[in-house]
Amino acid sequence: MAFLPFLDKSHTIAPPGYSRWLIPPAALCVHLCIGQAYAFSVFNLPMTKLIGITKSAPDDWALTDLGWIFSIGIFVLGTSAALLGRWVEEGGPRQAMFTAALCWGGGFLISALGVYVHNIWIVYFGYGIVGGFGLGIGYISPVSTLIKWFPDRPGMATGMAIMGFGGAAFIASPLSVWLMSKFSTDSHVGVAETFITMGLVYMVFMMVGSIIVRIPAPDWKPEGYVAPAQPKKLITTQNVYVYQALKTPQFWLIWWVLCLNVTAGIGVLGQASAMSQEMFPGRVTVVAASGFVGLMSLFNMGGRFFWASMSDYLGRKNTYFVFFALGTVLYAMVPYTGAIGSVVAFVLAYAVIFSMYGGGFATVPAYLRDMFGMRYVGAIHGLLLTAWSMAGIFGPTLVNYIRAYNVAHGVPNAQAYNVTMYVMAVLLIIGFICNSFIRAVNEKHHMTAEEAAEVTP
Amino acid sequence: MSNGMKLFLAWAFVGIPLAWGVIQTAINATALFK
Repeated sequence: MAFLPFLDKSHTIAPPGYSRWLIPPAALCVHLCIGQAYAFSVFNLPMTKLIGITKSAPDDWALTDLGWIFSIGIFVLGTSAALLGRWVEEGGPRQAMFTAALCWGGGFLISALGVYVHNIWIVYFGYGIVGGFGLGIGYISPVSTLIKWFPDRPGMATGMAIMGFGGAAFIASPLSVWLMSKFSTDSHVGVAETFITMGLVYMVFMMVGSIIVRIPAPDWKPEGYVAPAQPKKLITTQNVYVYQALKTPQFWLIWWVLCLNVTAGIGVLGQASAMSQEMFPGRVTVVAASGFVGLMSLFNMGGRFFWASMSDYLGRKNTYFVFFALGTVLYAMVPYTGAIGSVVAFVLAYAVIFSMYGGGFATVPAYLRDMFGMRYVGAIHGLLLTAWSMAGIFGPTLVNYIRAYNVAHGVPNAQAYNVTMYVMAVLLIIGFICNSFIRAVNEKHHMTAEEAAEVTP
Repeated sequence: MSNGMKLFLAWAFVGIPLAWGVIQTAINATALFK
């Protein structure tokens, strides 16, 4: 981006004395915006009444049409993060955050046009494709920068940013509802105006992040920090080139570790409300179930910071061992909480499960840093996000299919989830096994000094 | 502007909306215990 020199990596090197604690808020500026994707469903119902206003008219969009908007967005997130990871890494965080701001905010503005002219394809293009690029680029943009600023606590640093992604829906959901209530009139539901407002707000918010962000000077170190002279058993001091990482068993083992952890969590996430009501009929009402979902979201967000920070002390491999071992016990225990009728035990089990679901997302960038070094960690993280896309298909499909099969075979609703939970527990056992196979990356994959010089922009 | 002021402004910029969202969600979550 030579026409905008301030975006250049060379213009983002921090001056002496620049506080590293300014970088997490810069990252949060991006993640608190793009995490809105988790709250997109608040628009679904109003968008089925754009013509009919009070109820759906024959020409209004169906919920099934609208479901594709989110799916396309998440698909493009994974694809763009995988394809553009190297560009993000080599171009620096400011260029990536700036581009993500344009894509994410622009996606909303294009979608507003789609809503205004009532053309779903424009919305697919706007939110799904353009916004999806904003999601993918924005998600990975601060990762390696945070790790460079916090070599002493990389888990905590990336955990803070990824916590923002989990918490964004808390802001976006009530904000969207409030904006629609302000813009709606007797003749329209106010979705287009809400999209325009949110698009502009998000664009500005993310731009602020891109202005704040800096990369440390090459010789910078945190005060009092001494880099280990010898690599630890599972923490390398070398770097692996982004595409070389794909040739290592470690990348694919971590891919499965993430995929299985997310599959188990995402599978029950969408069913949490229905599951709580059907397992405790008459005791958990619709309103209480909605409170339960909110509480689980808080644990999902808190777990991102807590577990990623803990991983700096426990080690990344041990942290995932905890997720898989404890997760297996808790998933297997959920049917028992239903059998004894203990809502408290059910809620506690789920709270820990969801904290570990979020923790799995937040700990993985530091795991990749430990395995493949700091140089291409953002780009390798981008490639790994395809595991999330796959889990997004596996998890809900598995849960829905197993439940439908049980109900069709006469299993009472209250027990229809039991098999699901046992299957999820088995997935976590497989994850445990994958994690146990992870060893340090073979030296033959490390970049040589000449290769490092060649690829440095 | 001092480093301390920059830090305060940057954290307030992201912290206030996040805290507002968390409080809203926590209030809604209390429905589970009623």
